Amino acid sequence: MKENPVDLIAQLYKVARTIRCFEEAAVAQYRLGHIRGYLHPYLGEEAIATGVIATLRPDDYIVSTHRGHGHAIAKGHDPRIMMAELFGKETGYCRGRGGSMHVSNLAQYNLGANGIVGAGIPIATGAALALKIRQSTQVVVCFFSDGAANNGVFHESLNMASVFQLPVIYVLENNQYAVSTPVGDAVRVPRLSTRAASYGIPGSTVDGNDSLAIYAAMQEPLDRARNGDGPTLLECLTYRGGGHHVNDPGLYMPTDEVAKWKTKDPLIMLRSRLSERAVAKEQIDAIDKEVDALIKDAVKYALESPKPSAKQFLEEITSA
Amino acid sequence: MKRMKYREALRDGIREEMERDPSVFCIGEGIGKRGGSYKVTEGLFGQFGPTRVIDTPISEASFVGMAVGAALVGMHPIAEILFVDFALLAMDQIINQGAKYQFMSGGQGTVPLVLRTQGGSGNGLAGQHSQSLEALFYHIPGLTLVMPSTPYDAKGLLKSAVRHGSPVVFLEHKLLYMTEGDLPEDEYLIPIGEAEVKREGRDVTIVTYSYMTLECMRAAELLAQDGVEVEIVDLRTLVPLDKRRIVESVKKTGKLVVVSEACKRGCVGSDIIAEIVEVAFDYLDAPPRRVAGKNTTIPFNLELEKMCVPSVEEIADTVRALVER
Repeated sequence: MKENPVDLIAQLYKVARTIRCFEEAAVAQYRLGHIRGYLHPYLGEEAIATGVIATLRPDDYIVSTHRGHGHAIAKGHDPRIMMAELFGKETGYCRGRGGSMHVSNLAQYNLGANGIVGAGIPIATGAALALKIRQSTQVVVCFFSDGAANNGVFHESLNMASVFQLPVIYVLENNQYAVSTPVGDAVRVPRLSTRAASYGIPGSTVDGNDSLAIYAAMQEPLDRARNGDGPTLLECLTYRGGGHHVNDPGLYMPTDEVAKWKTKDPLIMLRSRLSERAVAKEQIDAIDKEVDALIKDAVKYALESPKPSAKQFLEEITSA
Repeated sequence: MKRMKYREALRDGIREEMERDPSVFCIGEGIGKRGGSYKVTEGLFGQFGPTRVIDTPISEASFVGMAVGAALVGMHPIAEILFVDFALLAMDQIINQGAKYQFMSGGQGTVPLVLRTQGGSGNGLAGQHSQSLEALFYHIPGLTLVMPSTPYDAKGLLKSAVRHGSPVVFLEHKLLYMTEGDLPEDEYLIPIGEAEVKREGRDVTIVTYSYMTLECMRAAELLAQDGVEVEIVDLRTLVPLDKRRIVESVKKTGKLVVVSEACKRGCVGSDIIAEIVEVAFDYLDAPPRRVAGKNTTIPFNLELEKMCVPSVEEIADTVRALVER
């Protein structure tokens, strides 16, 4: 098997760590009361956003979920403007009108996070339809969860994507839990990716904590999509690094299960790969320092950003 | 001028928009090869092909969501939901997604989507195929709601809806498709948000829309025989509401009746009356009245069905009662 370039591994590590640190900072800011409402951290799942999005062109679209910060950061969004959005500030990507669950950045082809489980699936499929009508070589990557895979629109959308041969890759982030329901309680088939057969499309399962395996697994689905051969279902097996949202302690998650998955931490895996390739510890630490500074700056930016103007808001909604 | 049926006028409008702009496409069930259950899209598949006139499986929630997604990346979809009753399957994509995206993205994204559908009773199709559900869409910020009553209005408003730049629910009526009217040969557009006085009169203002406009016109003929002249304000667009036009009429007549086919409780007419009373109370000589459908599921039996929606007589009687007060 061809060896991955060290640069790629280092890049994946940096992105994954940026997500990790951003989410940890967001949780900390939430506890301080600077972020309100709901926050669904992507902790523990960083390998998927990192590995998938590293394979994409900048003008490929992504559609995300309520657990969407990781996808956004992997897509290259500015952590400062992300944090400002989480803080509800005017300088956020959505001018403080969207918040954590609805963060979007159309300039970077992120059609956004979504507060309704599964709702991004038809939207992603429609974006792919548009690309097909326009005969573009762009593709759409649709992220969603094991929970969403039981929603009606999952079945309808994959069926239509197959019928219309749409350039969309469905990335199923199986983190083993839909809120508090373990996937085994919600599904009878051993592998969710086998559902692909129902729609006549290829499906496979990959280690969702191994960025490099995910990066490699994206190649075929991308080729299919860009060549007009239609959609693919890629299931990534991972584990949610905490409760469903920041106020859910996740007591229903067995401690031995949690401990087992902690040993498969995607950041540990990437660090090991870098070490194996003789990258010095100092170099890796330097990446860590850079990311730490980036996130610290993001928090500072958000804290210092202005709130939306009440007067302007009233004007906007009255004229609407 | 050319004489056209309502459904042909819609087709004309769709065709012109599709010829003008390659990003306009149609999506829905049976709209392509079969030309649509109400034949609105007949011939379009032949002209534009399967890429732009797309037949879907029976998957309302998702094909409406696909229209939202396509709109977000720069297309101008016209999605057809065969019966407004089926729109209920797609309410998340219409209300939580399409209607809210522009706002929640801080204005980054727009959803220039037209959702064509039809409702209304009169054909014995029973409870799940005969509803008037405009109140549901009326209530949701982010949705524009258009309900034309004539072929002329239908074409002009549909063209405007395609160009509107944000989601438009374009609610037709099953009894209107075969009605006829005159249309200009040349291209024309009707602005969204403008009501039209379909009949001038000095005695009572009737505010109405869609099929009920025709029933009100018939009631007006009856009333004219008794010397009562009603002014009929056809809303054409329900959201945004043309309050100015209504108030102008109420200032003249001092009496207001709002006629809608939908069930009375929570009907759009209730809100219209509240809006007008708030600003024009001093011009009213009598309490405003609603004429609306009964609060019931529409029954299958045709005679029973007719009892459930406003009749010409009921409209005329309500006006007479106001005038004689």
